[in-house]
Amino acid sequence: MSLPPGRRARLSSPGTGRSFSEAREELRRRLMGLIEGNRVMIFSKSYCPHSARVKDLFSSLGVECNILELDQVDDGANVQEVLSEITNQRTVPNIFVNKVHMGGCDRTFQAHQSGLLQKLLQEDSAYEYDLIVIGGGSGGLACAQEAAILGKKVMVLDFVVPTPQGTSWGLGGTCVNVGCVPKKLMHQAALLGQELKDARKFGWEYSHQVKHNWETMIEAIQNHIGSLNWGYRLSLREKAVTYVNSYGEFVEHHKIKATNRKGQETYYTAGKFVLATGQRPRYLGIPGDKEYCITSDDLFSLPYCPGKTLVVGASYVALECGGFLAGIGLDVTIMVRSILLRGFDQEMAEKVGSYMEQHGVKFLRKFVPVMVQHLDKGSPGKLKVVAKSTEGPETIEEIYNTVLLAIGRESCTRKIGLEKIGVKVNEKSGKIPVNDVEQTNVPYVYAVGDILEGKLELTPIAIQAGKLLARRLFAGSLEKCDYVNVPTTVFTPLEYGCCGLSEEKAIEVHRKENLEVYHTFFWPLEWTVAGRDNNTCYAKIICNKFDNDRVIGFHVLGPNAGEITQGFAAAMKCGLTKQQLDDTIGIHPTCGEVFTTLEITKSSGLDITQKGC
Amino acid sequence: MHQAALLGGMVQDAPHYGWALQPVPHDWATMAEAVQNHVKSLNWGHRVQLQDRKVTYFNIKASFVDAHTVCGVSKGGKETLLSAEHIIIATGGRPRYPTHIEGALEYGITSDDLFWLKESPGKTLVVGASYVALECAGFLTGLGLDTTVMIRSIPLRGFDQQMSSLVTEYMASQGTRFLRGCTPSRVQRLPDGQLQVTWEDPSSGKEDTGTFNTVLWAIGRIPETRSLNLEKAGVHTSPTSQKILVDALETTSVPHIYAIGDVAEGRPELTPTAIMAGKLLAQRLCGQSSDVMDYENVPTTVFTPLEYGCVGLSEEEAVARHGEEHVEVYHAYYKPLEFTVAERDASQCYIKMVCLRKPPQLVLGLHFLGPNAGEVTQGFALGIKCGASYAQVMRTVGIHPTCAEEVAKLRISKRSGLDPTVTGC
Repeated sequence: MSLPPGRRARLSSPGTGRSFSEAREELRRRLMGLIEGNRVMIFSKSYCPHSARVKDLFSSLGVECNILELDQVDDGANVQEVLSEITNQRTVPNIFVNKVHMGGCDRTFQAHQSGLLQKLLQEDSAYEYDLIVIGGGSGGLACAQEAAILGKKVMVLDFVVPTPQGTSWGLGGTCVNVGCVPKKLMHQAALLGQELKDARKFGWEYSHQVKHNWETMIEAIQNHIGSLNWGYRLSLREKAVTYVNSYGEFVEHHKIKATNRKGQETYYTAGKFVLATGQRPRYLGIPGDKEYCITSDDLFSLPYCPGKTLVVGASYVALECGGFLAGIGLDVTIMVRSILLRGFDQEMAEKVGSYMEQHGVKFLRKFVPVMVQHLDKGSPGKLKVVAKSTEGPETIEEIYNTVLLAIGRESCTRKIGLEKIGVKVNEKSGKIPVNDVEQTNVPYVYAVGDILEGKLELTPIAIQAGKLLARRLFAGSLEKCDYVNVPTTVFTPLEYGCCGLSEEKAIEVHRKENLEVYHTFFWPLEWTVAGRDNNTCYAKIICNKFDNDRVIGFHVLGPNAGEITQGFAAAMKCGLTKQQLDDTIGIHPTCGEVFTTLEITKSSGLDITQKGC
Repeated sequence: MHQAALLGGMVQDAPHYGWALQPVPHDWATMAEAVQNHVKSLNWGHRVQLQDRKVTYFNIKASFVDAHTVCGVSKGGKETLLSAEHIIIATGGRPRYPTHIEGALEYGITSDDLFWLKESPGKTLVVGASYVALECAGFLTGLGLDTTVMIRSIPLRGFDQQMSSLVTEYMASQGTRFLRGCTPSRVQRLPDGQLQVTWEDPSSGKEDTGTFNTVLWAIGRIPETRSLNLEKAGVHTSPTSQKILVDALETTSVPHIYAIGDVAEGRPELTPTAIMAGKLLAQRLCGQSSDVMDYENVPTTVFTPLEYGCVGLSEEEAVARHGEEHVEVYHAYYKPLEFTVAERDASQCYIKMVCLRKPPQLVLGLHFLGPNAGEVTQGFALGIKCGASYAQVMRTVGIHPTCAEEVAKLRISKRSGLDPTVTGC
């Protein structure tokens, strides 16, 4: 076996007398230094045949590489451990080419065959950009801005393909334009409707019937969104991120084609890519769906009041939209194929639904639409919907002004040329599998946000993942995005906040006999004078009896559930136990304080209805 | 009544959100009746609960005869002697009246009266700077009444002073008038029934007057200990505060007599602490547990128009205990999403987290000023109970879009001098 023409790297042994973590941190910095300072960096063991093959390969390419033989340095074992933290790979050889983690022997040879290795070996300066982010939503923008702050040359491509109804919007992605922001504001409009009813009981005097004006609301909301779009553009400009309002698709390794609204094509290259294209609402695939139905992509900027509305679906989008439309006084029916809020705690989901039902939303369960027919034009028009039972031959027909589809979302991953560079996509879901550092199977391509397989579809997690990814890529950080105990809130008329496991999932993971569930109804003080129902709001925690009664699931149904849940999520990050809940003093009078006085277990079967203070 | 005032704000917001609504007046009598009915139902509920649990309830005024005996006098003057092995004093406090101000007692009212008024108090002068004073003045303004607060020195003594000044700044922006550094000297009734208040501004030495329909004293509370004949039982009180001296187990100077709640010296005057202290005391007396009440890190919320929730140390207290160089304060001015469409001013929506400077930067105190502050603070109080560090709070993923998520996004330290205004989403 001939020795490759590599220089030998040396690591001086770390100083003595310092803490373990400090020594570890210093070692990590040195390794990052080796990775970033060398065109090719090979971590190897002198006797390993796979390492030898890789060294031979680079030697035959005439490429100089730096080699660290882990069996010939004092702290080889530590190096190996830190490397596995950085790369998620424990074995040698462990190869980096131009700062990109290549993998082991097999992946290096594969890359050589596919031409990727030769691409990577080109100097970074051969690319116009250090990073191109495809998709200007929460995750993409967070990643792009952080990379720019770290001094990198960054481009963001963002392009909104108009909906079948022709709706499109500005920079910022789903959350800002057709998601969290407008839905929370419409939810607020609906809550205000309820507050106006309460207000009379609290002494505010008005005799006339208060009507809601859709156009006023849409204008105010769209004005706010417009200011956010502008803010994003400004912020990109300030950080010197190049923003291109074009549709991006890969044409070859490291190269992307950007097509603008006029069909003009431009090509850009970059050392690294982040996919952050997000998702768009799905259609049913039945006659009339794309022609006559709208989705949440259209609803928030609809220029006219939707009138009598059928919402199809049982996702949180369906329930939130159905909820606020009913709240501003519209006749709303929600058609549900099977269960509400799949993936969420089902006891809570049913309670969310039954509150909506008591407050004027009609539910048609176990039905699916089979056809939508156009009866009348207008703003809104008239549509006939034919639906069929999922359990038998029964069909029903009904006339609505608007049909809103909220049956799920599809990842925008199929038309961005991923096949050209070999990025793996889950055929069925369209989602992209990544490792725990958000890296796809193609080493220089990463992904964040809703398109990730097996991760969460939430704005804050996309932002967190995007930011941390940029820091790992360009600042040598090791911090990974933590997808555990992520809190969320469904903004239905009665809000539902949760963190950790649903009761079903907890039973599946820990078995029922190892769990204790504490629960109670509660009556918000503000509801008493308003004369609202006293056994509707509900609190539940799930504890692991064999881990110090640690809280592994937190669920609250009531006003301001989002505001309540956030702090408890922070406490769960710190390992919250039932004892600590009991030892904490409540803030009186709030809804959140109910969690400090939970006494009744579900297994006891005791009455949890509320009577006193 | 705070909720009634908040609803007034929502009525003003509603047109921005598409509800076609003209400005609406507020009727005090309707609100008062609804609130009073609810309170009466709670009174009734407490009596029923006592009955259910076989607690004998006497509607009598009690005082000590000796260390084991109490004499109760009913409204009709009938006396009852009761003796017990253990006696717990939980008589609480009542609002204080000023002693040297002419007309104070005759013409003024306190919070004990305000909530039971059948008619609107009209133009009101609130004297005091306690949370009671600010809360009352806040909701009176919110209900559309002309309200003035007279403050001798600083607002919300004992609370974080930066937060306190933001609280009053917001109130002033909502129309509450403030007379600072002033002390009232007399209250007179004018022939038309209005009250004329004279006050002094010691800094200028000038005297000034104003007329009001109602004068509300909110200058503090005094413990209900004077009519208890505590000396007959040998129970000691603080000579300055008149509160009962207790140890960590709530025991007074007499081993079988205990005191809990607002009447006990050095305790926070808060309902939930009193409830928990009472429960734990009962459990100890019955030999069920040896748990002692922990009075550290008690969260609380002041329900002023912009609510102020806090837990742990104020910035001043943290600096006093640890030294300025060891304290790091993270802060942010943020804008609640709902304020945008409603075109509300969010200049005082502010959060600060007081931490130790040394990693992992243990959280010493959290201060939150904004809507639903009570709900936001509760969970974080638990986090602090669990020994949360700044790093752990930052690793908590936000719930979007809420105000509480801004706590998990605090990045700017005061020391850095950078602009703490949150921009963008």
